[in-house]
Amino acid sequence: MGAPPFAWFLEEQRAPVYRFLLAAVGPDDADDCFQETFLSALRAYPRLRNDSNLRAWILTIATRKVIDHGRAKARGPVPVERLPERTAPEPPDADPELWRAVRALPAMQRAAVLHRYVLDLPYAEIAEALGCTEEAARASAYEGRRKLRASRALETEGGGR
Amino acid sequence: MTRELGRIRGLDVELASLAAVEGMLDRARQERLEDVAVATVDSPVGGLLVAVTPRGLVRVAFPEERPDLVMEELSISLSPRVLEDPRALDPVRRQLEEYFEGRRRRFKARIDWALAPRGFSRRVLEATARIPYGSVSTYGEMAKRAGSPRAARAAGNALHDNPVPIVVPCHRVVPSGGGIGKYGGSEWRKEWLLRLEGALAK
Repeated sequence: MGAPPFAWFLEEQRAPVYRFLLAAVGPDDADDCFQETFLSALRAYPRLRNDSNLRAWILTIATRKVIDHGRAKARGPVPVERLPERTAPEPPDADPELWRAVRALPAMQRAAVLHRYVLDLPYAEIAEALGCTEEAARASAYEGRRKLRASRALETEGGGR
Repeated sequence: MTRELGRIRGLDVELASLAAVEGMLDRARQERLEDVAVATVDSPVGGLLVAVTPRGLVRVAFPEERPDLVMEELSISLSPRVLEDPRALDPVRRQLEEYFEGRRRRFKARIDWALAPRGFSRRVLEATARIPYGSVSTYGEMAKRAGSPRAARAAGNALHDNPVPIVVPCHRVVPSGGGIGKYGGSEWRKEWLLRLEGALAK
């Protein structure tokens, strides 16, 4: 048996991947990264091994797109006074400062923080998605969270991990 | 940890991600990454799962065949790049709708025969595709046109496994001894289609 029909895979991973990208790159660029992510997946899909962990695989691709996106942004011109034309929802009761701080994190830390705290993934899967050891994934998430705290964008809440 | 980060989980990403899928499908079509596009087409004989490839119409399935099993069949036999993409099916859907309203007598669609076994079976189906609207032929006649005059029963089997019923009108093939005979998609549908076409009294 080969991989399941791509339509099923897309339907299953659509929301989590979108949620991750929304948090990682923001509402203006989430659509674009989403399309890039699934088009890359579609290109590679026929060559996929049967036993692949599809969720970790698609998050690996999405994480790579986030990193590429950050690089392209750093190279590209800085948009000035752009009118916000949002296609994706802004986080509700959003704390813009928090999101800015999240997006300011280095890509690996940002991805680790989002995989862990937005998608609730276990560290083993985060490690697979990021292509690193479980220890390194844990360290990235820890370091990212520490920076968010330090930027005071993140209030500590009692009993949190 | 933080409820703040957790809040994004409560977001309605549902609609936003669906909209992003639309855009992704447009690009997949342009970049020819869509090996198989499927969609459901409503019809008076039930919801039809219809599939096209870049080479043409490859599959029409009645609901009893179970859409999920048909999707799997397409994925295994053709390519796992099976996408649900109603827009790719627009031309076929329009023609089917016209047909069921009695306004279309011929389908203008290329057929991708990938799911029909080569040889005798495919020749039977190709001969069947030429039976005109409103008329009927027999299993024996189809066998003869496929080059094996005595293989009427085998012709029946080939028609039973027609991957593109309705468009390749296997319902127009009936037993020479009378009656409407069998149909892969349940006999009531065969009767219904023949009445629609005026080949049976209404």
